[in-house]
Amino acid sequence: MGSREEILARLRAARPAPRELPEARRFGNPAADLRARFAQAVQDAGGRCVRIGGLDSLPAALEELAPYREAHRVASLVPGVTRANVRLEDVVDPHDLRDVDFAVVPGELGIAENGAVWITDRGMRHRVLPWIAQHVALVVADDRLVNDMHEAYECLDVGTGFGCFVSGPSKTADIEQALVIGAHGPRSATVFLVG
Amino acid sequence: MEVALFVPCYVDQFYPRVGLATAELLERHGASVVFPEDQTCCGQPMANAGSLDDARPLAEKFLRVFGAYQYVVSPSGSCTSMVRNHYGPLLGERAAQMHGKVFELCEFLHDVLQVKPRGRFAARVGLHQSCHGLRELRLGTGSERILPARDKVQELLSGIEGLQLVQLQRSDECCGFGGAFAIDEEAISCRMGRDRIADHEAAGAEVITAGDMSCLMHLQGLIRRDRKQLRVLHLAELLAEAGARA
Amino acid sequence: MSAHAERATLFLLDQPRSAWHDQAVWWVRQKRDRAASALPEWEELRDQASRIKAHALSRLADYLEQFERNAVRLGARVHWARDADEHNRIVHDILAERGVTRLVKSKSMLTEECHLNPYLMSRGIEVVDTDLGERIVQLAKEPPSHIVMPAIHKKKEEIGELFHDKLGTPQGLADPQQLTEAARAHLREKFLAAQAGLTGVNFAIAETGGFVVCTNEGNADLGASLPALHVACMGVEKIVPRAKDLGVFLRLLARSATGQAVTAYSSHFHGPKPGGELHIVIVDNGRSRLLGRDEFRRSLQCIRCGACMNTCPVYRRSGGHSYGVTVPGPIGSVLAPSVDAAKHAGLPFASSLCGSCTDVCPVKIDLHHQLLAWRAELARNGLAPRWKRIGAKAGGFVLRSTLLYRVAGWLARRLVPLLPRALVYSRLNAWGRGRELPEMPRRSFRAEWRRRGKP
Repeated sequence: MGSREEILARLRAARPAPRELPEARRFGNPAADLRARFAQAVQDAGGRCVRIGGLDSLPAALEELAPYREAHRVASLVPGVTRANVRLEDVVDPHDLRDVDFAVVPGELGIAENGAVWITDRGMRHRVLPWIAQHVALVVADDRLVNDMHEAYECLDVGTGFGCFVSGPSKTADIEQALVIGAHGPRSATVFLVG
Repeated sequence: MEVALFVPCYVDQFYPRVGLATAELLERHGASVVFPEDQTCCGQPMANAGSLDDARPLAEKFLRVFGAYQYVVSPSGSCTSMVRNHYGPLLGERAAQMHGKVFELCEFLHDVLQVKPRGRFAARVGLHQSCHGLRELRLGTGSERILPARDKVQELLSGIEGLQLVQLQRSDECCGFGGAFAIDEEAISCRMGRDRIADHEAAGAEVITAGDMSCLMHLQGLIRRDRKQLRVLHLAELLAEAGARA
Repeated sequence: MSAHAERATLFLLDQPRSAWHDQAVWWVRQKRDRAASALPEWEELRDQASRIKAHALSRLADYLEQFERNAVRLGARVHWARDADEHNRIVHDILAERGVTRLVKSKSMLTEECHLNPYLMSRGIEVVDTDLGERIVQLAKEPPSHIVMPAIHKKKEEIGELFHDKLGTPQGLADPQQLTEAARAHLREKFLAAQAGLTGVNFAIAETGGFVVCTNEGNADLGASLPALHVACMGVEKIVPRAKDLGVFLRLLARSATGQAVTAYSSHFHGPKPGGELHIVIVDNGRSRLLGRDEFRRSLQCIRCGACMNTCPVYRRSGGHSYGVTVPGPIGSVLAPSVDAAKHAGLPFASSLCGSCTDVCPVKIDLHHQLLAWRAELARNGLAPRWKRIGAKAGGFVLRSTLLYRVAGWLARRLVPLLPRALVYSRLNAWGRGRELPEMPRRSFRAEWRRRGKP
């Protein structure tokens, strides 16, 4: 018997009495002001939330960020980002993204309870981009905010390709519990809430 | 209302005042107390050692001694929990015979007699939350669970004049007694106890009280070895003393 | 003394340091409390999570087959390993077949359990643990002491010295920010040079054939998405039925582990990246045995958050290394005896059974009851320490007879006060090492009761 069959047989032999799968349900407490709650949560996660009226304000809003201004190599999946100079479609090997200073990535949805933004690799070609870049900006429409994770999974189809809930920049507290922002992933994460 | 007193073995032998105070409290609040003399021990030390075969005869003895009574009350959350929650593996279905009959003292005063003891005890008191009373009998919510805070012991104490409950840094960390644990892991046990005492001292407690004399025996042992000035008193003794000054 | 008790005693010899360790870990418990209390529905969430896991365990084989079907449909290769050895062989074969000699790894307790690192390294594969805490202990050649904060036992000065030695940082540098920066640069080179990335699996979704990896550092993603080869290792119990169930678990996990609302990254992998390969290794290694045990099955619900360790007064005062097992603390003491009962027989006794772990566990494992059940199991199999067995027999014998019990008590109360202190507090008296014995009263309660003519 192969390992697969043996393991499955053992699991079936050991199986306990049936237990019902509980109904999926909502648990959350709807926030009175989704945008404010979301912005606070992004901040709590070590990121920044900036509200802009429309996508046309994005280039100017990005200019407010020193890491963006000082960036040599900028990759953007959001159109209209003036400093973008990496043609992602020409990058064959993701390792060649190692020198990207700043990446601008669209988010599909934002979660107020924890400041997370759902991003996918659709159109990204190299899913490592939001981690290999030194700084990242996520762009989300403010009518795409939900209260909590339960609502997020109701709205999203996570079952294909690659997706990630990104909450703030990379961080660690592995040295004496001292919080350090910027571990191996981006050193900063700015969420632009559009609308 | 007749109440059979279930006195933990070490209280019977080493802390008679706790048993007497328990009886006094119950009598003061309308119960008539009997002490079935054949009782010895609930069997917890044996069960905690994993020796169920050695614990079983004691559980059976407990059934024989106490089975006929409507109410069995003990000044120990630990022993009460043993009978209520852990007699299943020892007695099987027969454990149900004691169902709804065995109570720890504070829960009995609070839930069954529904009284609030009166009296005077002017002191800064540190309440040590004995683990089994707190987490197995749910005398209080506990710091871990996210539920509206309720504490039966604090409610009982709230009627005592002059009593100031101090605020601890860690409201319900274990004292480190844990039965044989006190011997098996002696170094950790003593460190845990000393940390509790330091918390009470820093909070300004003059008296440490609890619902389990086992915790207090351990804490008192440390207090006396370190020659500290804290007074250690079981809740029954505290309430009885307070009531005597009513 | 058990091995744990011996190591704990040594740990406590350094009073300031052990107090520092206790306070540092307690602080994480406090962060958990703050995060949990922000959700009024916290206890309901725990209940829901527990029921989802219990259900999944009751149909584990079915869900694993469903998971495999969907994963394969998405282009992943699925492997099955009966035990640690087979797991290590499978992972090695995947790497060796592709000529991989440089591997980066994100946190996986399972691979620790299987001792994968030494296995691969002895076969010429460089394995770099990329989680900062794990890299620290890897460089220090120590095992992790906590499943979420592997280097919680180390002071920043020690890490500074380690980095000076291994990474060339300036002597005396102890600032966490700067040390992390040095590690960032060092590990970035490793990520870029790696030929394969290995991750653990926090949750595997039967419904979709995908899995979720949660990190704060982004190391799992750099490791999985830079090289073309991604190997993901999971225990059979990591299955959840539906994607939407993740909502419950992701809301509980980070709050329980570190007090954050969610980790920085919750990456959902479905099939390999374009042009890449994804291998999933499903591992039993004793889990099917646990599944068959009524008393211990619930321990398979564990989501490896570490909250039980943070709240455990014993773990905080003895440190993870005193347990001598991959996963320490309360959950570790429940899992270890099922792997090697004789070797780890002391662990279920390294607890005062306070029950705090049970009340913080996000999936409501009744940890302290399982520790008690293990004690009975070990005693039944003759593996409980001899002195315990003898003590229980003797104690049971005396307590069965009311007369014997009364005589024993009377002797203690009469004799102890008469004995010289040196004899009472001799080395044989373990209680007396740090504490005074209770004062022996003249009469027992029952004697006093009788004297008062009471019924």
